[in-house]
Amino acid sequence: MYDMGVQPERVAKLSGIGCSSKSPAYFMNRSHSFNSVHGRMPSVATGAMLANRNLIALGVSGDGDTASIGIGQFVHLMRRNLPMIYIIEDNGVYGLTKGQFSATADLGSKLKSGVINDLPPIDTCGLAIELGATFVGRSFSGDKRQLSTMLKAAIAHQGTVMLDVVSPCVTFNDHEGSTKSYKYVKDHDEALQEMSFVPHFEEIDVEYDPGTTVSVTMHDGSHLQLRKLEEDYDPTDRIAAMTRLSEAHDKGEVLTGIFYVNTKAPSFLDMLNMVDQPLATLPESQTRPGREALEAAMEELR
Amino acid sequence: MATTDVVPQGAGGQLGRKRIVNDMSIQVATVNGSGSQSSNTVLLRAIFQMGVPISGKNLFPSNIAGLPTWYTIRANKDGYIGRKKEIDFLVAMNAETAQDDVMSLAPGASVLYDEPLALDKLRNDLIFYSVPYDKIVATVCPEAKLRKLVKNMVYVGVVAQLLEIEMGEVEKAIRKQFAKKVKAANLNLAAAQAGFDYAKASLQKRGAFYIERMDKTAGKIIIDGNSAAALGCMFAGCTVVTWYPITPSSSVVESLIDYMKKYRVEEDGKASFAIVQAEDELAAIGMVIGAGWAGARSMTATAGPGISLMSEFAGLAYYAEIPGVIWDIQRVGPSTGLPTRTSQGDILSTAFLSHGDTKQIMLIPSSAAECFSMASEAFNLAEQFQTLVFVMSDLDLGMNNWMSDPFEYPTIPIKRGKVLDREDLDKLGGFARYKDLDGDGVGYRTLPGTEHPAAAYFTRGSGHNDKSNYSERPDDYENNMERLNRKFETARSFVPRPEIFKGTNARIGIIAYGTSHWGITESRDQLRNEYAIETDYLRLRAYPFTREVHEFIEQHDRIYVVEQNRDAQMLSLLKLDLKPELTTRLRSISHLDGLPLDARSVTDELSTMEGK
Repeated sequence: MYDMGVQPERVAKLSGIGCSSKSPAYFMNRSHSFNSVHGRMPSVATGAMLANRNLIALGVSGDGDTASIGIGQFVHLMRRNLPMIYIIEDNGVYGLTKGQFSATADLGSKLKSGVINDLPPIDTCGLAIELGATFVGRSFSGDKRQLSTMLKAAIAHQGTVMLDVVSPCVTFNDHEGSTKSYKYVKDHDEALQEMSFVPHFEEIDVEYDPGTTVSVTMHDGSHLQLRKLEEDYDPTDRIAAMTRLSEAHDKGEVLTGIFYVNTKAPSFLDMLNMVDQPLATLPESQTRPGREALEAAMEELR
Repeated sequence: MATTDVVPQGAGGQLGRKRIVNDMSIQVATVNGSGSQSSNTVLLRAIFQMGVPISGKNLFPSNIAGLPTWYTIRANKDGYIGRKKEIDFLVAMNAETAQDDVMSLAPGASVLYDEPLALDKLRNDLIFYSVPYDKIVATVCPEAKLRKLVKNMVYVGVVAQLLEIEMGEVEKAIRKQFAKKVKAANLNLAAAQAGFDYAKASLQKRGAFYIERMDKTAGKIIIDGNSAAALGCMFAGCTVVTWYPITPSSSVVESLIDYMKKYRVEEDGKASFAIVQAEDELAAIGMVIGAGWAGARSMTATAGPGISLMSEFAGLAYYAEIPGVIWDIQRVGPSTGLPTRTSQGDILSTAFLSHGDTKQIMLIPSSAAECFSMASEAFNLAEQFQTLVFVMSDLDLGMNNWMSDPFEYPTIPIKRGKVLDREDLDKLGGFARYKDLDGDGVGYRTLPGTEHPAAAYFTRGSGHNDKSNYSERPDDYENNMERLNRKFETARSFVPRPEIFKGTNARIGIIAYGTSHWGITESRDQLRNEYAIETDYLRLRAYPFTREVHEFIEQHDRIYVVEQNRDAQMLSLLKLDLKPELTTRLRSISHLDGLPLDARSVTDELSTMEGK
């Protein structure tokens, strides 16, 4: 946020319930923050953005908060393309209740107690792309460089950004046999791209080769440059993104990178065609029609 | 065959002498989806235009098309517009229910029926009029596929002729109903006229009921409570509306969408509002809370099942202190219950909606005018007290047609409550979100986006101290909960006061609320005239209860609390609030059949309980 020149007062941090949802307490204390109820942060964030379209909404959720109790609201948030950044701190377990599996735990992954997960995981990235999110990626809390570049690009995007950040739980899910342990993810991390981000206020000083690098112009004029590590991967191709994610599952890879970007789709706020000023602070003259309006309404009912 | 009039025995002779003017209920039994709503509205309006007080109640199935539906118009010169138990004039158009409909009438009632139904064989103590609808409609409507829709307008003409409703007013009502569709208006008018002509030529009037012109509706409007609520919310400065469709609340938001599009779109085509259909009631209230937190005047409308789903979020709004307005258009529960019938069954669950110690403010409108005016009060109270305000309407009020005085333009300004802006923060240097500086239990808040380094605070549904920091300390928790209680106590002096109606030296009091008001008003006259029972009457308009409620109970020996639920829910709330020695004065009269409360039921029960 600081690197992007974002004024903290414009940021609203929102979360649900869980370990992840406590995160907003640990950064940017000059921003308003809302720790809401379990799995329902998307609706609270939606309401806040309706009230004040100038806010930058940053939602922090977890795998339980998103993929289990909150899957309904998650699905509809993605579908609306509401401008906000939605981060899942994904560790495959419920930490606050001491380590039960969540719905993103991989098939065959093992709990500390030895219990094996026998249900397939929900891929939140695949789901988000299918539903209409316009910026979808996955990163790893151990890869600071990739993650921070992704976050910068996310801030420049106007639409729903969904980032699944695999964040090993050092207390309940960092052991041998877990597919969300630090070691496992490090060993199986397959990055799609090497990325760099050039904010709109900086000049692009490095030429890139269009054959090996995809450059995406963001809404604010920033450039997201993705140097392909896999030939022919096009992050603006929705179908390809979903196919590649499926493959990664089958191969047991932890695929990271930006899977899909669409800077053309209208955001939910565009569709509502609201006045430019935040609805929250409109004066009475704009929110209470005059006496003649009431008289006209009454006349129709006589 | 022209007519099959049967002279009723017994009641008939008596009725022949008597002329009952502007005091009757007319019930039209049809099939839903048959277009009868237009005909019924025309009939209602024609009587209204003749200056006679009316109400129109639609008893409909939870179904899209093909099931029985009944529309009851009550015309009453004294202005009693609650439901009348007895039907005086039945228009039987539905073969499926005709037999039951006829059998349930009181002797002396009139029945207008479709000739093939041959209902006149069923009883000999009623007045029957037979009408060959298909033959009549064929003469005015050459297009066969339209006949089904136009057929219903024929009975309007027949009823008009039999009751002496002026055809000029029927025409006016038809023109209004079909507004810009001149062709449809002409066709329907022809059908009504054909019915009128048929009745004039072929039917012999037997019943005692007549409509005569009077002057009690001049300037008045006809509106349903949900549309009135919508108008009220628009004029209350509402900016964010979220909803999930549910009977009987959907038309609150549907009307609001229409009104907002008409009156709240700026010259450049941009909207000073956002209306979002959410994925469920959980999301609807979540959005209300998010928007309220960020400073918008936000609302949703729902019914019982939605209220149940909103329970968790309602606790968050109570504890984190976030404004919002929830319209509960109550229907019959528990569970899915009877979705298209009316009830006051959500009172107790809403008062304490959510786990832990929560208390919610409720406003209770009785009329369309109050749906309008309470909208402004609800939004002001929500922001003043930084909490949800529930407006407890019901299906009878929300979906039925009510006669009303035109609404008065809101005179109270839009009050945004204790919100600190940048300039305030400059002066103060900082603030503690939940600190009770004014002794009223209400802290100061800032809105996200306020450009000041000291503006931010952390909103949470977990334990917190007065600086809104996370806290599990016993004293922080207790202090906070006691302050919330203080806030609720403060609200007692700000919520709408009850309306009190005095009798003459009455020792008996009646407490009722919402749509029960119309039945109570009429019942009090019945009790006085038929049983010499004098009553005082207090109409509750809000929870928490104001001082007047306690005083009223103290002033009377016995209090009858009349409500439309099984478990005496409001009575239970009163008991919690009263001094123990006063609780024994309360008696319950409960009305539980899903139909709007009628005066006779109250009169019968109260007089019996009084030993008369």
